[in-house]
Amino acid sequence: FLSLSSQAKMSRPVQARRLEGIDKNIWVEFVKLAATYSKVNLGQGFPDFPPPDFLKEAFVRALSGENHMLHQYTRAFGHPPLVKVLAQFFGKLLGRDLDPMTNVMVTVGAYQALFCCFQAFVDEGDEVIIIEPFFDCYEPMVRMAGGTPVFVPLRPKAPKDGKLMSSADWQLDPAELTSKFSKRTKAIVLNSPNNPLGKVFSRGELELIADLCVKHDVLCISDEVYEWLVYDGKEHVRIASLQGMWDRTVIIGSAGKTFSATGWKVGWTVGPSRLLQHLHTVHQNSVYHCATVAQEVVAQGFQRELELYGKPESYFIQLPKELQQKRDWLVQSLDAVGMKPIVPEGTYFLVADISEFKSDVPDVPNSDEPYDSRFAKWMVKNKGLAAIPLSAFYCGAHKNNYNHFIRFCFAKEEATLKAANDILQKWKREKTSP
Amino acid sequence: MFFASRSFCCLGARTCRLRTDLLSRSFSLSAPATMAFRHKNTRRIEGLDSNVWVEFTKVAADPSIVNLGQGLPDISPPGYVKEELAKAAAVDRLNQYTRGFGHPSLVKALSQVYERVCGMKIDPLTDILVTVGAYGSLFSTIQALIQEGDEVIIIEPFYDCYEPMVKMAGAKPVFIPLRYKNDGKSASSADWVLDPAELANKFNSKTKAIILNTPHNPMGKVFTREELQVIADLCIKHDTLCISDEVYEWLVYKGNKHVKIATLPGMWERTITIGSAGKTYSVTGWKLGWSIGPQNLIKHLQVVHQNTLYTCPTPLQEALAQAFWIDYKRMDDPDCYFYSLSRELESKRDRMARLLQGAGLKPIIPDGGYFLIVDVSTLNVDLSDVDEKQPYDYKFVKWMIRSKKLSAIPLSAFCGPETKRQFEKYIRFCFIKQDSTLDAAEVILKNWSKQPA
Repeated sequence: FLSLSSQAKMSRPVQARRLEGIDKNIWVEFVKLAATYSKVNLGQGFPDFPPPDFLKEAFVRALSGENHMLHQYTRAFGHPPLVKVLAQFFGKLLGRDLDPMTNVMVTVGAYQALFCCFQAFVDEGDEVIIIEPFFDCYEPMVRMAGGTPVFVPLRPKAPKDGKLMSSADWQLDPAELTSKFSKRTKAIVLNSPNNPLGKVFSRGELELIADLCVKHDVLCISDEVYEWLVYDGKEHVRIASLQGMWDRTVIIGSAGKTFSATGWKVGWTVGPSRLLQHLHTVHQNSVYHCATVAQEVVAQGFQRELELYGKPESYFIQLPKELQQKRDWLVQSLDAVGMKPIVPEGTYFLVADISEFKSDVPDVPNSDEPYDSRFAKWMVKNKGLAAIPLSAFYCGAHKNNYNHFIRFCFAKEEATLKAANDILQKWKREKTSP
Repeated sequence: MFFASRSFCCLGARTCRLRTDLLSRSFSLSAPATMAFRHKNTRRIEGLDSNVWVEFTKVAADPSIVNLGQGLPDISPPGYVKEELAKAAAVDRLNQYTRGFGHPSLVKALSQVYERVCGMKIDPLTDILVTVGAYGSLFSTIQALIQEGDEVIIIEPFYDCYEPMVKMAGAKPVFIPLRYKNDGKSASSADWVLDPAELANKFNSKTKAIILNTPHNPMGKVFTREELQVIADLCIKHDTLCISDEVYEWLVYKGNKHVKIATLPGMWERTITIGSAGKTYSVTGWKLGWSIGPQNLIKHLQVVHQNTLYTCPTPLQEALAQAFWIDYKRMDDPDCYFYSLSRELESKRDRMARLLQGAGLKPIIPDGGYFLIVDVSTLNVDLSDVDEKQPYDYKFVKWMIRSKKLSAIPLSAFCGPETKRQFEKYIRFCFIKQDSTLDAAEVILKNWSKQPA
């Protein structure tokens, strides 16, 4: 016999409505494929070289010290030494006095910082503008918060004759962007430098966005995790430093990307206290504390960088220098075989047009799966080279708009990039020989 | 009423923030300084901004205070645990992302340990999720399975985050207090029980879940098999889920046994069992926890996890896995840390109880966990002149911190609005403290009744 209450419950799904439509995740699938098949993994975005020695030394120091309290809870909104040095560092960069207790909050990776922002500011019915292509979690996070994502694409302009396309050639149409702002627009998510394209938004482009934010009283969630990875002397401009923006921007950063230590999951938010106070509320009701020892080590990393700021030994100068070279190698490798790279201005990602390799992976008409996804899966299974389809970074409705591109991560050892080159060269030879 | 008083006492911090805000506005050149800023908090976090820990950890941070408040060990974690972390961080690839739902070697170790404890098969990939502390498991579970219109039964007193988490999910907390079954003799956590008829009345067609915490924080109660059976029967009858917070599972004292409600017939399929590295290995700062349950429930927690923080830190998970292997291999040996910690804490519990009794107090002796609660009204400390609309225990703890340099946590922080009056004469002490800390507490308690100079 079933009680009335259990009969009622059986007719509805056990999970909460907020999970509707957000259960699929590209990484779960592609990480598994890479783990199973790849000989060279240029897929998921993490370095295969170690974090810098000074960070590893800081870790050893922290653990061998007398202070076993590093294994216990620290301050919930951020370990004091870390928030202090972040306030100093970012205060310097932004030209303002930051209070470590109220203008900085530490999170479990930039990922959790994003989550706190959406939960704190996006209510049912709010619209959030997302620029495509986008780091894939923005959309499900907006939906989980009951919001409506509104997409606006970066559109490629043809490069100058004979030149390779650059991420700078992908641009927003100002009129199109303007049309996306409505009374219901709560926030816009900006990601610069942009994953997956590597675009570094120029001051002019940021001013366009800023003017619209101010005009429509919209918040800016500024994902700047790749802030140090900019090439060719380009400048990473922080939108929060533009007129009218500090009061309405939450800046998000990542120790994982800053210090090549993605496995530590330390991130942070910087912003005005009237915005951060709401992030505090979400944080204290979801994870509450972040791991202490990881924060202690990141604090020491930043202390070193504060002292070496602008000097050649600064990791923030050395890392982009090294990565620029790796970028150039990969660009060469891809260009040499006929995959057309879009040269990124920043990040450690590069997107390439694989149209010339389409013959290997025939089109399947009426397929639900975007072409580039099938291509990437075929490539990892048959060539052992892992990459991520660009369609992963587009909303469902737009997945077929740019479906002949794949994203490579080049934060890899020389040996890895050489091995990738070998695979590409062999592949090209197999294509051209009868 | 008490919620209002709680946010009142946070006003100090908010005033501070307001000042900083005005300062930052003077830097920005934006015209909208005079325009109303429409960006307040979302509905889901309305009223959830105050928090007893944010308040009391600040007050007790002064190093001259003997801190028996927050549940924070000041004893060292075992040496091998710290060594495993040093070893893990030295491996290059362990400094990068691992599997989102849990580092493979960790979920494997957890499945082995818990298969042994539960006597049932647990699939490491589908039945386990690793989270940022048990706190993260509670959040993932509630976000995954609870929504607007649902009711969730919470047993009072309760670990304080249950209520705001249920509210943040849009659901209604339904409280039921543990009641003292008065036989006048012992004061043990076992004397505090649920009234079965009262409990049955709390279940209805909207009841989505009940949150169980055993061993219980703050009471230290270890629910018996019979008590769990009463809860299980109701869960099965009403097709209700059980969220079982078992972070103190290894800390049970002589004469008591920790029973996992998920092992009772009909319960595995409707229970999420939550555990904590922080409590198991005295490493609260590692913030690793786990949820264990059937695939058809855990898969929804995994969806929440992949949309909130995606993955937990790798080196910490690897170190924890290695520590678990060490202790898994000696689960038949009394030297296993799961048992040796419990023995160590039992003697600290007994010492703490003696000290309090010596000061004329009657602590409730806990059967498990590392907290004990005590009724301080018998001390007759007159705080009526303290001009704050706070419950007695909040005022008492603040007074005790100031004048006795000893901290604790007020029990009304762990109660719903109806029950605060009932529990406002109790305070909670944490005894997972090294000898020197307990020595310092002893001095204070021995001198308690002496008049201040």
